Amino acid sequence: MSITDARVDAPAGEFDPTRAWRVHPQVALRDESFGALAYHYGTRRLLFLKSRALVELVSALDRYDSATAAIEAMVPENERAQYTRALARLAKSEVIDVH
Amino acid sequence: MSTDAMPLRERFTQGLDAPICLTWELTYACNLACVHCLSSSGRRDPMELTPAEARHVVDELADMKVFYVNIGGGEPMLRPDFFDLVGYAVDKKVGVKFSTNGTRLTAERARRLAGMDYVDVQISIDGALASTNDSVRGEGSFAAARTAMDNLAAANFGQFKISVVVTRENVTQLDQFSEIAESYGAQLRLTRFRPSGRGVETWDRLHPTAEQQRMLYHWLLERPDVLTGDSFFHLSALGTPLDGLNLCGAGRVVCLIDPVGDVYACPFVIDKEFLAGNVRHDGGFAGVWRESDLFQSLREPQSAGACASCGSYDACQGGCMAAKFFTGLPLDGPDPECVFGHGEDALAARDAAALPGAAIGHSKVDRHGTPIPVPTPVRFRTRALA
Repeated sequence: MSITDARVDAPAGEFDPTRAWRVHPQVALRDESFGALAYHYGTRRLLFLKSRALVELVSALDRYDSATAAIEAMVPENERAQYTRALARLAKSEVIDVH
Repeated sequence: MSTDAMPLRERFTQGLDAPICLTWELTYACNLACVHCLSSSGRRDPMELTPAEARHVVDELADMKVFYVNIGGGEPMLRPDFFDLVGYAVDKKVGVKFSTNGTRLTAERARRLAGMDYVDVQISIDGALASTNDSVRGEGSFAAARTAMDNLAAANFGQFKISVVVTRENVTQLDQFSEIAESYGAQLRLTRFRPSGRGVETWDRLHPTAEQQRMLYHWLLERPDVLTGDSFFHLSALGTPLDGLNLCGAGRVVCLIDPVGDVYACPFVIDKEFLAGNVRHDGGFAGVWRESDLFQSLREPQSAGACASCGSYDACQGGCMAAKFFTGLPLDGPDPECVFGHGEDALAARDAAALPGAAIGHSKVDRHGTPIPVPTPVRFRTRALA
């Protein structure tokens, strides 16, 4: 049984939350009950977005001037640090890129 | 982060609305006759999906947002509509990773592939030396595969993959496989040898020994860049889990569509026990995936059976269903290659007469219907193929 050759970790990339971000144009999201699957057609990496709230945040990034603005608009204050870390991980894997 | 506590692996074992990816064997026709062929390929089946039916399958996969398919066979490049179908799939954003023996991967076809987005190529070899490879895949098959690799490199295809089924004979050549891959800038992919298809007949003598498996585990741990298709999760019981989801995704997040449209739980269980339905039936592939009784039952909690008292069950999940089935072991017990040796005990205790064997096969036969011995030498066409 061969699930996937995808890797969850990618080479280090910078995440600057003061910049505007979006879903990478080569990434497709597939909604799932736990969140979403994300597939990058360029790097051939498969990743998992592990909550619906994260999927909504990621999908809405391109409507805000910065990732910070998106987080402030969509995430309760006590959860913002962990969502920022989640976005940093997604930036590292190129699921999101600078708009 | 997650709003509910269920780990992702548990979610996956309960199945998704669509597979994460799947294997699609395009044809049972093959110009090789490898002794371990998981699909007992050789002869084309007259009932294979037509080009129109195959395109319809792609339409369904695109609708279900299946990101990519692993195309195999038989030898998929023998299908006359191979390039049409691959082009059709990638146009619909269904990426294609296909496995080939390389015999039909001419310089011209390599250039054609180099011009396509979302297509990955895996060339199979089962030895780092011609002698080791050809004893499994047939005389001349190593040279053919190397020519295909040369053609891809010359066409600037980019990073292709070299795919190896790990056997008792080639497990001593892992570093040499790495060197071959490096020489092409290719990625090495190692997968587990299951006793499926013609492998039923050869597994006893070719599957890696327990000591070799431990060596393989440590070799893989040190080389996270080597792809494994998540196939060695039974080795994760040795300690640090290997990279990957480490679960059996059969009928839960993966499956197999065979050349005649039959849908099986995974590529390694082409047997009526694991047949979920056919894409030609009402409801198509999606209907089979979502409603088949077999897949529903695989998504139920599974019994750990004899493994329940083992502290490593969480790590290995009892191993591979196909490996158990075709060696005649109970599905709710240890894998035949259980790293603690429980499988070997079970193999010694089984009733050899009750082994399932490979009931569905497309091995080549002579004009009297007698199976042709495998492996058979490669016969090459001398003219260049378009």
